[in-house]
Amino acid sequence: MFYREAGDFKTSYAADSQTFPIAFDRWRYYFVIAAGFGLLPFIINDYWSNAILLPFLIYAIAAIGLNILVGYCGQVSLGTGGFMAVGAYTSYKLMTAFPWLDMVSITILSGVMTAIVGVAFGLPSLRIKGFYLAVATLAAQFFLIWLFNRVPWFFNYSASGQISAPERSLFGQAVTGPAADPSAKYLFCLVFAFALAWLARNLTRGSVGRQWMAIRDMDIAAEIIGVNPLRAKLSAFAVSSFYVGIAGALFFTVYLGAAEPGTAFGIQKSFLVLFMVIIGGLGSIFGSFAGAAFMVLLPVLLTNVLTGAFGWDSALARHFEFVIVGGLIMFFLIVEPHGLARLWALAKEKLRLWPFPH
Amino acid sequence: MPDQLLFAAEVSINGLMTGVMYALVALGFVLIYKASGIFNYAQGVMALFAAMTLVGIQEGRVPFAHLINSITGAHVSTVGFEIPAILAILLTVAVMVGFAWLVQKVVFKHLVGQEPIILFMATIGLAYFLEGVSDLMWGSEIRTLDVGLPQGINDAIDQGTFNAFGYGFFIDNLDIAAAIIAAILVAVLIAFSQYTKQGRAMRAVADDHQAALSVGISLNYVWVLVWSLAGIVALVAGIMWGSKSGVQFSLSLIALKALPVLMLGGFTSIPGAIVGGLIIGVGEALFEFAVGPLIGGATENWFAYVLALAFLVFRPQGLFGERIIERV
Amino acid sequence: MLDQTVTADGRTIGGVVMEMRNITLRFGGVIAIKDISFDVREGEIRAIIGPNGAGKSSMLNVMSGFYHPQEGEVWFRGEKRRPMRPYQIARQGIARTFQNIALFDGMSVLDNIMTGRLNHMKSNFLEQAIWWGKAEREEVANRAKAEEVIDFLEIQSIRKTPVGRLPYGLKKRVELARALVAEPKILLLDEPMAGMNVEEKEDMCRFILDVNDEFGTTIVLIEHDMGVVMDLSDRVVVMDYGKKIGDGVPDEVRANQEVIDAYLGVSHD
Repeated sequence: MFYREAGDFKTSYAADSQTFPIAFDRWRYYFVIAAGFGLLPFIINDYWSNAILLPFLIYAIAAIGLNILVGYCGQVSLGTGGFMAVGAYTSYKLMTAFPWLDMVSITILSGVMTAIVGVAFGLPSLRIKGFYLAVATLAAQFFLIWLFNRVPWFFNYSASGQISAPERSLFGQAVTGPAADPSAKYLFCLVFAFALAWLARNLTRGSVGRQWMAIRDMDIAAEIIGVNPLRAKLSAFAVSSFYVGIAGALFFTVYLGAAEPGTAFGIQKSFLVLFMVIIGGLGSIFGSFAGAAFMVLLPVLLTNVLTGAFGWDSALARHFEFVIVGGLIMFFLIVEPHGLARLWALAKEKLRLWPFPH
Repeated sequence: MPDQLLFAAEVSINGLMTGVMYALVALGFVLIYKASGIFNYAQGVMALFAAMTLVGIQEGRVPFAHLINSITGAHVSTVGFEIPAILAILLTVAVMVGFAWLVQKVVFKHLVGQEPIILFMATIGLAYFLEGVSDLMWGSEIRTLDVGLPQGINDAIDQGTFNAFGYGFFIDNLDIAAAIIAAILVAVLIAFSQYTKQGRAMRAVADDHQAALSVGISLNYVWVLVWSLAGIVALVAGIMWGSKSGVQFSLSLIALKALPVLMLGGFTSIPGAIVGGLIIGVGEALFEFAVGPLIGGATENWFAYVLALAFLVFRPQGLFGERIIERV
Repeated sequence: MLDQTVTADGRTIGGVVMEMRNITLRFGGVIAIKDISFDVREGEIRAIIGPNGAGKSSMLNVMSGFYHPQEGEVWFRGEKRRPMRPYQIARQGIARTFQNIALFDGMSVLDNIMTGRLNHMKSNFLEQAIWWGKAEREEVANRAKAEEVIDFLEIQSIRKTPVGRLPYGLKKRVELARALVAEPKILLLDEPMAGMNVEEKEDMCRFILDVNDEFGTTIVLIEHDMGVVMDLSDRVVVMDYGKKIGDGVPDEVRANQEVIDAYLGVSHD
């Protein structure tokens, strides 16, 4: 009943192009932000932080990044894991080389470094299209992981080949290392997720976003009406990698604390983030959050049900998880190839007309 | 001949044998991609599943034993007798055909006309699903596969090369058998697609779905057919690879290696898949031999992809693909 | 300009704005365009006609820079065109529509039209990311321009509709809007009326004439419907098998024997 555009007149083009055109949406959004910043930090505990909220926020950042590349610009990438590793190793090298540098700068610089690497691997996209490009990004994935595994400089010649994050504080609160408080870690990631989502929204609603989408929908026509494909594609690679790099840095410094490239950033990670984007919805910032939430919650739920309620051993539960995740992905693609974001939009469409649908 | 050159020659030949494996997996990709435009990421897992099923049947295991035991509290594991290799292979073929039918019926029938990227994603989902099913059915332990293929060093080649160059080449009999079987398989596939009614239907569908439909070819039938053929090719690849290094999860990773092979050879070309496979096999073996020790080794993890990437930048349509003329 | 003329309906036609000199275009062994020269004058409606496969679309593709002719020169506003990418040519003020509609299906009508304004939007990446000051002002100013064109082409009601859902005739109109909103010096229309019914054709004719009249935009169009071409255009180029067989005002062309042969067929025995 309150979910209406009627009576909510837009008197300027600026008001018409805002993020949430419907007042009710706006208020709900403010509520979620307020709860996220004002309420959750006080009630959060270790389990919620580590099992659900941190991975959710970090994967959401990675998913937004990948969505910019795949969903908005139409360039499929299977190198997300490798780019996350670039972010992680940059933050590690920065943390150990410049101990006085604050975590915000370190995280942003990790994103910048990843953006540079991403542009380098994005260069072939000017010549290679579609699946060929997807496979080409595998080169980035495998080469980068190999690099971090084999070149000792990257892991500071540690005997185990692992990297581990030293403790760093922000405003007197430890945000990395084993002593960090869960709510501090959570807030640190939340600020990044919020700011990055806001920036992504701005980029995608303006002329940059239109250039990306034009390239996605019909690259030849886009070039003929004046889109520079070099700039459009490389900027998508740069922004996307920036996001993925920040996600990788947070994943290592805040969430894992210690990492080994093959297991933390392997090809499986690339697929996981791609699933989030697909299930959430290509070309949707909201979808990136929805997809991340779905893929983070599903295994938690399955493990709780299968091992908790049914009492199966964990190996069996893990196999079952594969079956269910794989099955769900196929199911989703059959039922709604445009993901949760489309389902959400359809629900809103219905709600707008409710209770008089005709 | 100097020693280094001899070593390189031996490495090349062994790389060639690895290349045959890559080519086999790539062949399965090409079959499905040509006929339906589906880029089947699950091809490697299909090889794993086929090999697992073959071992399971051969050893007379009860499928889903672990699951059944967990739910019912029973302790079943095997049926108590072993099944001869040839019969087990035939049963596995039947399983793969049934799988093809199911995949088409349950999944891809509902995805006809979707964008290629959606289809691709669905096959990744399929890969996860099949991997889980494979583990549930047969367990995730490493198994040894033996269907009676010759094993061990080929003495004739060892002796012959030793007499000729003073250095005996180590070539595995299994590799030679694999190469021969792969060659026969390709010949049979080509004969099938050229000289049979079903083969003509397959080629017609590959050329133009609409036109094929309009002359009365059942798309559904052809797609089940190509998925079955891809399943059989996967089984052959699974047998080869499994006999060599055991049936385990890493088997499904050779699927990833088949991707650069396809990039080199072009997604739609059977000769391309074979030549691409051989180039990658030899290339990565030689690179690891010559450059690997200098930069830390294990270069075969990425060399194939980087080679394919570098190659594509100069020739985006692959070795055998047709030149792309863009039009508006 | 020196050689200004005024047409019967009171429009001013200026000097030569674009000139094609001895253009030859080959695809492998096939010659699509053979040694063709003609010019386009400022403010006129110039038609290119000819039977199927005459090379009309290829000619348009050469003009918009998508194809690079093997021989010949393109002169635009008194300068010889250097070899450049299509998007650079678009920025010089050449906009076009396509024979097979080339809209961006995943975007709304408004967003499609806004892509036509890309070359007028100068705010940089960071300004857009923060969406403060210049980026927002620019977006609003360009939106106003887009709305002008939307009003002009009478497509207000479908502004927010995804393009993929529109019927054919409206898609053609949206495509015209996207080209128009760029405020081009030359507008190239590739069969703007193909596949339309009589009513839609009449609408489209009216829009083309209005665009030319109100904005003074130079228009080059390819069209099959002879009646339409003869009514709309100031001058006509006739092509057949990649060669130019006629060039002049509609009445001249209509009387040209070679043109009549090409269209009606001629017995060779």
